[in-house]
Amino acid sequence: MLVNPVKRVYLALESWFNISFGTEWNPLYHLGTLSFFLFWVILITGIYLFIPFHGSIDGAHASVEYITHQQWYAGGVMRSLHRYASDAVVVTILLHMFKEFASGRYRGFRWFSWVTGVPNLWVVVTLGITGYWLVWDEMAQYIAIGSARLVDALPLLPGAMTRNFVAGEMTDRFFILIEFLHLLGQPLVLAFMLWLHVKRLSDVKINPPRGLAVGTLLALLALSLYKPALSHAPADLTKMPEVIHLDWFYLNIYPLLDIWTEGQVWIFTLGITWLLMMLPWLPPKKDGPKAVVDLAHCNGCELCFDDCPFDAITVQARTDGMKFDKEVVVNPELCAACGICAGSCPSSNPFRSRNEELKTGIDMPQLPVDKMRSQTREAIAALSGETKILVYGCEHGLNVSRLEDDETKGVRLICSGMLPPTLVEYALKNGADGVMVTGCRHNDCYYRFGNRWVKARFAGERKPILRGRADRNRIRVHGAAETDKNEVERDLDEFRAELAKLKQAEATAAENDGAGGNS
Amino acid sequence: MSALNSKPVRYLLQVINYTVFMALIWYFSTSPSVRLIGENESLLTIAFAHAGELREPCRKLSQQELMKLPPNMRKPEDCPRERSPITVEARLDGELVYSETMQPPGLFNDGSVDIYFSKKISAGKHRLEIRMDDSVRNPGFDYVFERELSIEPAHILLIEFDPLQGFILI
Repeated sequence: MLVNPVKRVYLALESWFNISFGTEWNPLYHLGTLSFFLFWVILITGIYLFIPFHGSIDGAHASVEYITHQQWYAGGVMRSLHRYASDAVVVTILLHMFKEFASGRYRGFRWFSWVTGVPNLWVVVTLGITGYWLVWDEMAQYIAIGSARLVDALPLLPGAMTRNFVAGEMTDRFFILIEFLHLLGQPLVLAFMLWLHVKRLSDVKINPPRGLAVGTLLALLALSLYKPALSHAPADLTKMPEVIHLDWFYLNIYPLLDIWTEGQVWIFTLGITWLLMMLPWLPPKKDGPKAVVDLAHCNGCELCFDDCPFDAITVQARTDGMKFDKEVVVNPELCAACGICAGSCPSSNPFRSRNEELKTGIDMPQLPVDKMRSQTREAIAALSGETKILVYGCEHGLNVSRLEDDETKGVRLICSGMLPPTLVEYALKNGADGVMVTGCRHNDCYYRFGNRWVKARFAGERKPILRGRADRNRIRVHGAAETDKNEVERDLDEFRAELAKLKQAEATAAENDGAGGNS
Repeated sequence: MSALNSKPVRYLLQVINYTVFMALIWYFSTSPSVRLIGENESLLTIAFAHAGELREPCRKLSQQELMKLPPNMRKPEDCPRERSPITVEARLDGELVYSETMQPPGLFNDGSVDIYFSKKISAGKHRLEIRMDDSVRNPGFDYVFERELSIEPAHILLIEFDPLQGFILI
């Protein structure tokens, strides 16, 4: 099966970080929370820097120089942390976008998170630009004039803003405006945009794993001590700065003004923004049919409500007159059609209605639990050989049909999280020697929580649990991406060997029991 | 694979990853540097705000016209608000480097026009001529500035305008 080259690059990067950090600390699995963490670093260091900062033409640069040099051990480090964490957040945001793009997690039901996420990059960049203005050094002079040229090119404001940056025209009021923007206006806009960005997600985390946070902070601290952030010479509106050591994470647009007109720069930046915003519809992706509630089989237990990763399920008072207090309702606008809810429903029990259609409280029209059961039966019936293994996989991880041979058959689900634990028990009871569950790589479920819920249910930590009577030695969980076929095959061979030993031990025990009984 | 999974190796790999990440941040936070102006270059900037002359002259109202107005509005002159467009031309060493005609902004075309022009020029001696026409009623240029100038490298040669003094070299 072909994996697109962009995704292949991403998966290779992800594999490397899994080797370096493990799946729990892999920074690629925590880019959002890592960005939040960096925002905290920026906020705390920013508050410290604001105290000695003097917002005036004569005072700004001098106060920043004081912070940097006279107080290098505190203010200087804070300034460097402020700057480098700001640069790092651009990297984490860009990587976050790349990851979601490469994994195809920006289309269909995810359009909202993508479209509300793209403007965050621009809010962060403009926040950085106003931050650099405040230093009022030669670079600030350069970007102030560049920004003014860009604003002047818009038919929004009368007059030439650029004229404010000629000698003698500038006043301290300029700093009041920029301070207001940098310290209050832009952070508030950013906070609102971030809230909007995660609005359609449940169980949103904003803190990265402690180890990753500590490692990132230590790395930033080391860089701050080794290469402290410095200013250029003070701004002088009678002189043209000759050389600028530009921060390319934030100020990359300004050199374009040397080769293009202001209008061309606007068309370029707005064009890129428009293209990014439109990506979910280039081409559009149609989600599968949404989850459907069958009140006749729903007792309002709320497990699906707890497990839904996209807040698509709500609980309300019972409307059908049955003896239960509550019922669940699916919001099709928010539903990702992942089927995790079907896996969490206690009614999705294949031991029920053995000889008739299995109906459950909440189900997926494209792959109902009844169909999962019949596919399981068919796959088991097709197994032959010494050690029969049934592999459940998902649509976004490794395609399990690639693992099939006489002794191995696969059942492909929408998400591994839609697998009811009782179906694993059912497979073991009905002829499978072992069951392997794949799905996306651990901590990187396409539907956020699918493989996490599988592990928790099998470990008995989350309802519906895998019952104690299911032999854990016959069950294996191995998260795998599309490119991980070899690793899964290796694990499958190991699993098969273990199952063979288990079978042999059971046969020996049975023989011994028989012999004991005979004697 | 098992050796890679050992804790010391994993920590070492993390240190390498963090180092690469920080090196990337450090490099692009200051590099590559951008040269804004050549070693023997300077900047000519013309920047000012100016309201053109009224397009129509003020007209004295007749007694009859005045009597038609409410007593508190009987101003002896009626002055139309619309102003003239402004044309500015700049020649450097005889070569036309800037020429623009700007309409006055505002609903009644009565606002002042902001002029901003900036151009990199070689340092040293130059002859600069700036002309401005701010009245449709007076044909030709109303203000003229001609000067032999010497400018040092990296300096900004700023020309402003004051209605009383004309063009001023800052």
